[in-house]
Amino acid sequence: MNVTVCVKRVPDTETRVRIDGTGIETTGVKFIVSPYDEFAVEAALRTKEAAGDGAVSLLSLGDASTAESLRAGLAMGADSALLLTADVGLDGLATAKALANELQGSDDALILFGVKAADDDQQQVGPMVATLLNRPCVTGVASFEVQGDMAVCHREVEGGVEVIEVDLPAVLTITKGEYEPRYASLKGIMAAKRKPLEEKEATSVPERLRVDRLSEPPARAAGRIVGEGPDAVPELLRLLREEANAL
Amino acid sequence: MSDVLAFAEQRAGQIGSAAREAVSTAARLAGQLGGSAHVITLGGPGLFESAGALGEVGAASIAVGEHEALVEYNPEGYAQVIADHVRAGDFAAVILPATTVGKDVAPRVAAMLDVPLASDVTSIDVDDGVLSITKPVYSGKAFAHLSVDAVPAMVTIRPNIFPVEQHAAGGAVSTFTPDIDPSAWRIRVIERKAAADGALDVSEATTIVSGGRGMKDPENWGLLESLRDALGPGVALGASRAVVDAGWRPHGEQVGQTGKTVAPKLYFAVGISGAIQHLAGMRTSQTIVAINRDADAPIFGVADYGIVGDLFEILPRLAEEVAALKAAD
Repeated sequence: MNVTVCVKRVPDTETRVRIDGTGIETTGVKFIVSPYDEFAVEAALRTKEAAGDGAVSLLSLGDASTAESLRAGLAMGADSALLLTADVGLDGLATAKALANELQGSDDALILFGVKAADDDQQQVGPMVATLLNRPCVTGVASFEVQGDMAVCHREVEGGVEVIEVDLPAVLTITKGEYEPRYASLKGIMAAKRKPLEEKEATSVPERLRVDRLSEPPARAAGRIVGEGPDAVPELLRLLREEANAL
Repeated sequence: MSDVLAFAEQRAGQIGSAAREAVSTAARLAGQLGGSAHVITLGGPGLFESAGALGEVGAASIAVGEHEALVEYNPEGYAQVIADHVRAGDFAAVILPATTVGKDVAPRVAAMLDVPLASDVTSIDVDDGVLSITKPVYSGKAFAHLSVDAVPAMVTIRPNIFPVEQHAAGGAVSTFTPDIDPSAWRIRVIERKAAADGALDVSEATTIVSGGRGMKDPENWGLLESLRDALGPGVALGASRAVVDAGWRPHGEQVGQTGKTVAPKLYFAVGISGAIQHLAGMRTSQTIVAINRDADAPIFGVADYGIVGDLFEILPRLAEEVAALKAAD
């Protein structure tokens, strides 16, 4: 069972963001594999292990430094990686087209994504790639199991859980669920250095959703400490009701 | 080409507040562009009646696609029918609610129409005839101001942010039978399980009661449940990343950059110190209340109201007085 996982390099989620024009200041910022993409890598490795054969390939669109993130995925156990070099913007469809161009000939049974990237939070590239490739796609999958020529997926939805059957080949986007990512062992890190990591330029796709500028989030008016301990409760409720109109 | 289309999602035949917000937003934009707002909604027979009420929030026309196979959401059917409907019209913009369904279907429709998509936007306006869009990035640590070079402009809008305005004129409701072939669908929903206690999801709640490490033990969540129950309907429990990672609470409740981004009318942060990635996920809430024993906790920097002290003393009193207040209403 061959699986491709698409991953994105993003600033660490604990990072304080400093705005620099239409982007952020990256000096001194630690970059990581987007956390949801790590769940997807873990899901791919477990799928391969359960099948007993096959390969896990990583694919990313990004600048040259993204090779480092792919190396981290190889250290977790993926077999090979391909970096499509490009300037990645906010237009998810442009990203999806560049990825789909590469995946067009793929016969991998599964293409996995994280449910969303931790930076632009667009939550769209996975289902867009699926649509462009004319494959079915299930988003927000907390766990799945391959059964013959389909995958049975558990999906968290508002107010409950859905069980969905999807025909293979398919695209799944993975959320936090059963796939706590494994740590790379020292052996894995050493082995990753010898695994194939190819780099080539992505096909150029014009961005039609442009970031004109970034701004600080709207400042919240300074709040106040209503009081200390349970005796402050009546005043809190009065303020919530009369001032904030929230109760 | 100054009309705007809204997708109004139904669940169990009812059209919720997120859908009404999308329709009202479409009406506001269409007004600014000199056009009118139109609605498409999909579901089973009988949806006609609840859809008619969308005229009151600004829809000039409401197209109701009725089909047995559309009663429950399936992306294969919904994406195709919405994309066909957009192609058959002439719209400057298409607005969907950023609910689970909206977030799932919108990228597929965008890819079918070959237009980009701005997801989970928090403001959209017309400046000199051009749409200007704002959406949080880095889970709210920054806001991106966007422009779109494609028609129609497609956006999903974050629930609980956009106002619902009442309009006098009712819209014209028409039904149609979507041209779909469910036997060809490659995705089949075989089971839907409601959450065990009928719990509401954080992303659609109007009030959220969130707990963090300061709760000390998962056994203590009963205190938060008492407050939730006292507050009445529309209230969900939330959690910080620390308690989800510790296995105390399910990931579905996690608020923050690696969980859900929420914007309820009222947010209680109880025993949550306010790690940057948590603040990112809840700072667009309308009113924030923090309860924490540490007066220097970062959560007080974003809270409108704070109480410093022992949450194990404060929570029972709070639940009791909220219940008394609600009982007196």
